[in-house]
Amino acid sequence: MGIDIKSMKYEDFGDNDSLEIFKKSGGNILLTSVDNLLNWGRSNSIWPLTFATSCCGIEMMAAGASRHDFARFGIEVYRATPRQADVIVVAGTIVHKMAPILKRLYDEMADPKYVIAMGACAISGGPFYYNSYSVVRGVDHVIPVDVYIPGCPPRPEALLYGVMQLQRKIKGESISDPRKVTNEDLL
Amino acid sequence: MSEEIIKNIIVKENEDYIINMGPQHPSTHGVLRLEVCLQGETVKYIVPHVGYIHRGIEKMCEANTYPQIIHLTDRMDYLSAHMNNEAVCLCVENAMQVEVPERVKYVRTILAELNRLASHQLWWSAFGMDLGALTTFFYGLRDRELILDIFEESFGSRLLHSFNTPGGLMHDIHPNFQKRTKDFIAYFREKLPEYDQLLTGNIIFQQRTKGIGLLSREKAIAYGVTGPSGRGSGFSCDLRKHAPYSAYDKVQFNEIVYTEGDTFARYNVRMDEMRESLNIIEQLIDNIPSDGHTAKMKPIIKLPAGEFFQRVETARGELAVYIVSDGNKTPYRIKFRSPNFSNLFVMNELAAGGKIADLIAISGSLDLVIPDIDR
Repeated sequence: MGIDIKSMKYEDFGDNDSLEIFKKSGGNILLTSVDNLLNWGRSNSIWPLTFATSCCGIEMMAAGASRHDFARFGIEVYRATPRQADVIVVAGTIVHKMAPILKRLYDEMADPKYVIAMGACAISGGPFYYNSYSVVRGVDHVIPVDVYIPGCPPRPEALLYGVMQLQRKIKGESISDPRKVTNEDLL
Repeated sequence: MSEEIIKNIIVKENEDYIINMGPQHPSTHGVLRLEVCLQGETVKYIVPHVGYIHRGIEKMCEANTYPQIIHLTDRMDYLSAHMNNEAVCLCVENAMQVEVPERVKYVRTILAELNRLASHQLWWSAFGMDLGALTTFFYGLRDRELILDIFEESFGSRLLHSFNTPGGLMHDIHPNFQKRTKDFIAYFREKLPEYDQLLTGNIIFQQRTKGIGLLSREKAIAYGVTGPSGRGSGFSCDLRKHAPYSAYDKVQFNEIVYTEGDTFARYNVRMDEMRESLNIIEQLIDNIPSDGHTAKMKPIIKLPAGEFFQRVETARGELAVYIVSDGNKTPYRIKFRSPNFSNLFVMNELAAGGKIADLIAISGSLDLVIPDIDR
């Protein structure tokens, strides 16, 4: 059983463990201990911004509700203001009229801030890639994205997995090399 | 303080104060922007601004074939995805004069009602949450997951299952479908009184909804407010009753109409509709005929030249599809009359003169889905 792709063995679909191993190698003991403490706190209390434009927002609600309950992973309280949020889950299509507002919301968030592109529309425009005159083809034209979650809409489990990937990414960070987002990160 | 300054302050206090609610606001349920003019805490008027999720679906449809259009329609009103698909399918079938098998009609009706239940459950969850009752969110979505399980087993998708296709269904329903649906009905009949106990009888909830946002029957008709919002004002507009399609002419059910016209009436319509939906499914689920899940269709679907029209009742009101065809495999023009668009613009009538806190209750009771407004 497993995913059957000819050129790639099933075992090779790693869980992105290499990311942590690569980031953690080297560095002195004091700094890495502080890093570990900071990252432990940071990665287990990611508060998302309430930002849902379309269908993926419903699955995001479902992920927060009874069955899936993503408070288990620390992505707990939906904040209505960007100033209190750590991660912006872009759940849905972004059109040209909405793009400047999304950029402004992102700029209003305090560092360190992260972006999850949830669903096909946020990744590439999705079903509206062809023939639409108003859809932004991927949210990474506007703000830099950390984790992409494919699906139309993705299942709540997929969102949970995406959040866990983001936590992995945060755990690989270091205060000696603070995260900076520049305009070159944009497409 | 000089006389001049005091005079200025008084003038300032009487001036209109305009704030923007949205496009990023948790209780607009999407990217709706309301320009709210306030005087103190009283709302003077509201100007809704739309277009923050305008994706150009109608224009996109002109470049797509009819089976492809189905997949765009369930991204409009994603909470009644099945009914949106059904509207286009019925329109195409009527235009081609195809008679679909009885099984298709039954299954479509059951699915539409299941979808309506899921939609109303989500509305109930979010409405309670808007008014400060957070528990409703967990109760409602707990029961909604069971419907989504049924959908997932049969169609492989939880939310946007483009299961309809012109001429029938994509594939046959899962063998477990009937059993699971019956299990769900038995389960939900027990749980529905819990909803009432939790929210309907709550005195704080009643004070926040009774007599708030009055909409008269004349205003509802003038603005074209349909669905549960219109029926809460005594406007009998249930298309399942007045223009039956699929298998709605084979079932016995009541049209829920309340005449009070306030937020609580709109709430009650939806609560009672959930019970009626259970009744409808119960009547059909045991008698699904077995005469195939699709009619014989040509591989390339071309509509004859002309104009075609079909309307269905979604969870939010009347969705109408108007197709102009020039005989090709793509429509020349397609127009969706979406229920939310009309329901949104009555908001000024409802909220003007009230308090700003009531605006949340009113917009919640209209049950707006923003991508359906902008399309």
